[in-house]
Amino acid sequence: MKLTKRDPAAIRSDKSGVNRRTFLKGSGIAAGGAAFMSLLPTAMIQKADAAEGRQPAYDEGEITRVRSVCSHCSVGCGVTAEVQNGVWIGQEPSFDHPFNLGSHCAKGASVREHGHGDKRLKYPMKKVDGKWQRLSWDQAIEEIGTQMLNIRETSGPDSVYWLGSAKFSNEQAYLFRKFAAFWGTNNVDHQARICHSTTVAGVANTWGYGAMTNSYNDIHNSKAIFIIGANPAEAHPVSLQHIFRGKERGAPIIVVDPRFSRTAAHADQFIRIRSGSDIPFVWGMLWHIFENGWEDKSFIDQRVYGMEEIRKEVANWPPAEVERVSGAKEADVYQAAKTMAEHRPGTVIWCMGITQHTVGNSNTRALCILQLALGNMGVSGGGTNIFRGHDNVQGATDFGVVSNSLPGYYGLAEGAWEHWARVWNVELDWLKQKFDQTKYEEVEGTAVSPMYTNGITVSRWIDGVLENKDNIDQNDAIKAMVLWGHAPNSQTRGPEMKEAMEKLDLLVVVDPYPTVSAVMNDRQDGVYLLPASTQFETYGSLTSSNRSVQWRFQIIKPLFESLPDHTIMYKFAKKFGFEQELCNQIEVNGEEPLIEDITREYNRGMWAVGYTGQSPERLKLQSENLHTFNTTTLKAEGGPCDGEIYGLPWPCWGPPEMKHPGSHILYDNSTPVAEGGGPFRARFGVERDGVNLLSEEGSSTVGAELTDGYPEFTDTMLKELGWWDDLTAEEKAEAEGKNWKTDLSGGIQRVAIKHGCAPYGNAKARAVVWQFPDPVPIHREPLYTTRRDLVEKYPTYEDRRSFYRLPTRYGSIQAKDFSKDFPLIMTSGRLVEYEGGGEETRSNPWLAELQQDMFIEINPADANNAGIKDGQQVWVDGPEGGTIKVMAMVTQRVERGVVFMPFHFGGHYQGKDLIDNYPEGTVPHVRGESCNTVFTYGYDSVTAMQETKVSLCRIRAA
Amino acid sequence: MARMKFLCDAERCIECNACVTACKNEHEVPWGINRRRVVTIDDGIPGEKSISVACMHCSDAPCQAVCPVDCFYTTDDGVVLHDKDICIGCGYCFYACPFGAPQYPQEGAFGARGKMDKCTFCAGGPEEDNSAAEVEKYGRNRLAEGKLPLCAEMCSTKALIAGDGDIVADLFRSRVVRRGGRPDNWGWATAYKD
Repeated sequence: MKLTKRDPAAIRSDKSGVNRRTFLKGSGIAAGGAAFMSLLPTAMIQKADAAEGRQPAYDEGEITRVRSVCSHCSVGCGVTAEVQNGVWIGQEPSFDHPFNLGSHCAKGASVREHGHGDKRLKYPMKKVDGKWQRLSWDQAIEEIGTQMLNIRETSGPDSVYWLGSAKFSNEQAYLFRKFAAFWGTNNVDHQARICHSTTVAGVANTWGYGAMTNSYNDIHNSKAIFIIGANPAEAHPVSLQHIFRGKERGAPIIVVDPRFSRTAAHADQFIRIRSGSDIPFVWGMLWHIFENGWEDKSFIDQRVYGMEEIRKEVANWPPAEVERVSGAKEADVYQAAKTMAEHRPGTVIWCMGITQHTVGNSNTRALCILQLALGNMGVSGGGTNIFRGHDNVQGATDFGVVSNSLPGYYGLAEGAWEHWARVWNVELDWLKQKFDQTKYEEVEGTAVSPMYTNGITVSRWIDGVLENKDNIDQNDAIKAMVLWGHAPNSQTRGPEMKEAMEKLDLLVVVDPYPTVSAVMNDRQDGVYLLPASTQFETYGSLTSSNRSVQWRFQIIKPLFESLPDHTIMYKFAKKFGFEQELCNQIEVNGEEPLIEDITREYNRGMWAVGYTGQSPERLKLQSENLHTFNTTTLKAEGGPCDGEIYGLPWPCWGPPEMKHPGSHILYDNSTPVAEGGGPFRARFGVERDGVNLLSEEGSSTVGAELTDGYPEFTDTMLKELGWWDDLTAEEKAEAEGKNWKTDLSGGIQRVAIKHGCAPYGNAKARAVVWQFPDPVPIHREPLYTTRRDLVEKYPTYEDRRSFYRLPTRYGSIQAKDFSKDFPLIMTSGRLVEYEGGGEETRSNPWLAELQQDMFIEINPADANNAGIKDGQQVWVDGPEGGTIKVMAMVTQRVERGVVFMPFHFGGHYQGKDLIDNYPEGTVPHVRGESCNTVFTYGYDSVTAMQETKVSLCRIRAA
Repeated sequence: MARMKFLCDAERCIECNACVTACKNEHEVPWGINRRRVVTIDDGIPGEKSISVACMHCSDAPCQAVCPVDCFYTTDDGVVLHDKDICIGCGYCFYACPFGAPQYPQEGAFGARGKMDKCTFCAGGPEEDNSAAEVEKYGRNRLAEGKLPLCAEMCSTKALIAGDGDIVADLFRSRVVRRGGRPDNWGWATAYKD
């Protein structure tokens, strides 16, 4: 056997002194072909040029291995980088990593390129008379900042919109939200709005926290796997490794989707439903479950509120009606229900197919109710395994880069500001004077100022620009837009977005790439592009979908003139004059705030969600001991992290010194709170209309001294229980008048846990969310529907005057019948090779080569009717006037009457290639039409999530 | 003595293309050359299966049999390699190969001389292990470093397995047993008819 382990010394001093770098350089010079040059990292060209002579010394450096985490999806795969003399020369599998065990998908296996990519935005640029010009960082910040301060003067702080990113680290996300608060606006948001905002709202309002309840790894233990509105084989490929482990242990996979996806290809049962009929389908399953008595009665009695009201609604969905509305046949629905009933615990997985609807929040709650009825919550193998999208969209959500909350889901009420002002060590009055204190929006009959009202959402920033300012509940329309790590082509209503971009006074893009924002508009001036570093060029923590917090180490220094996001934030803060307040507890090196200090600062404030125990030291120690974690339970077996769960998944209670192990499975009563267990959260009061909302006797967490339900902990509750004296004198001083969320000493949490209780109380999950537009999830037809026969029985909502500060249309759109002119149902989704708006991945040649054409999937029958052949160019017209030219892919993957498009493409607009609009050297390898140029209006009734899964279109040959 | 083999478990392959980009990453394979690719049959309809295909390093390799200049050789590990200095780029091996493995560059690093390029099982070529010449012509030599092909090491679902044939067989056999019976694996019925 020739497999001899190579001596590490030999790697360092190879006889010929050759490694991949010289290979690259040599062949690059020799070949000089266009395709090859695109492979050659420009950073290396720069460094080679800078070095003396032709043979730079960096060929002979020591090779070090650096651990990071993939920056694409939310699985959180470990990345092992080999670095030599500051250059990322190799990528090795991270076999030790408990999430991916060495594996990657196409994107993860290609991340090394992102750290070199020559398509990057290399220095700050601005557009002058239609031409891109280079400028210095200081000049850029000065010019942009001055314009923003002018806008602030004339229109108020709410006229500058700070759109953040799920690509931030936790520290950057936290700092960004704090930064927006210090600027004085709630007009701050990020991709979670258009990804899982309806999940967060729906799920948190059901049982307390709006996140994945179990983990990818825990799917090994599932007895059935129910996937609806999700295509993890393309969107979260490494999760399939865990799904297949469950499957190979005997768990049947059920996939419910309008499209026969690559995930469906591996299912035991595939059920096709009509786009936008998820609630009828789920109620159809519950109809069989109730009919056959398959529900878990004792679980419901003890731990669920409001199931009787659900029964009443479900009774309206007998098999015939389910088939009429969703298309799913009785036998299929029965089979799926039976499988779930007979294979417990089963898990439910969903993604954008559920969330991106006008009824998205109801969709997510219907699935929670399904799991509650089956008693699948709080157990290993069960749960709602909600796969988040971006690598750190969970973290950015938790840290409140959203227009409706401060970090940690504290909301925007006075008390929340008070709490964070204390954590930030600033005067509340100082913060207040940053905001516009005029009152605009009516909330429960009283006018409220913008500091306390939800800001405009990313899904609708364009309306914040275009809408008549008298209709917007703030002083003026949006005048300056900052797109910081955001792809505009991931949002609907492309033509209106173009118009909005052109109407702005100032458009600022902060990103490693120019993004579609730089090219999709016809502005001649007032556009700035600021180069941000990728997460491989800095370090910090991120939170994967399963709530695990991982530490990334820096692989390479920032490329070109790019800067890490937190440094850019600091630069802006300095220009605005609040850098002292922003970093009064954070060490600043030059202009870079120290990441570890930011972590420590949020550790002191994130009590409500349990982000208090994950100190930088604990996270780093874990990443040095990956191999000690069990790959199913995620628990460290021996080693320095013995007993901890990998990534200290939140809630990780108390200060770090308390050594809480993190919570692998939420609401798990079979595990003591101190070891990561807990009941459903008491978040909605203690009783309603005389009915108890706390959980019933016998459903308390193992080891809890309170065996009945109990409300959330406060100082008075501790006193009533006689536990007050368990606090130290210092804790008492801090805890007086506080509760488990606002006691900065952590004493209330510590004492509650000491007595085996969850700081957040012990209540029932609720099947009825009485504050929502639809307390019981009910079916409503999409705004753009082909099923006019269903509109009368299942109408959408009425138009609203003010929703996240903006007038919002529902019924007035649905009233018009578009289905005659636009007969095809249009839906969208992901491809494995690309992510999000795709600028980064389409600029990576290893990925771009695999998907070179934007396409539309069309059923053969529809293609034949329209006279379209496979591979032909077609026009796709949307009902709001957008039109795009794409390639036809004729396939039975979609059923008759339905078309599907991926949303990652950009750089073409209504038939035109925008190649000339890119700054020199930044044109992505692959460009194409954005499907969102034809996608239409429609927003969730609770979170303003955009509707991207159901619209209408027509196709014609180009 | 090892006998290196690839096996792609069609029950697990999800066409994520990690193997393809891992190969690109490891060997800096230029645009247009695909040492490995994923083939999907019955795309979009029930029964859809994908497998990842590259040079299968045949024991009695047809490419080797037909090569007019005899540039192929088989290593002690059973890896079929070729010598680009001898290769005349005639394309006869492409004609002979049952898997479409041989690639002919249009331009770029491996195309300067129009030589055939294919999967090396991450084992380089005839030059000294990981020497400049080897890396330039064939990419990295992972076997010489005690590693296995990166495509398989990075496979998202562990569908693609590479290594000594006996170990690969054991791994796959244990999977079949865990699945509780015969897999409806691609090609199974062909190999073992009832």
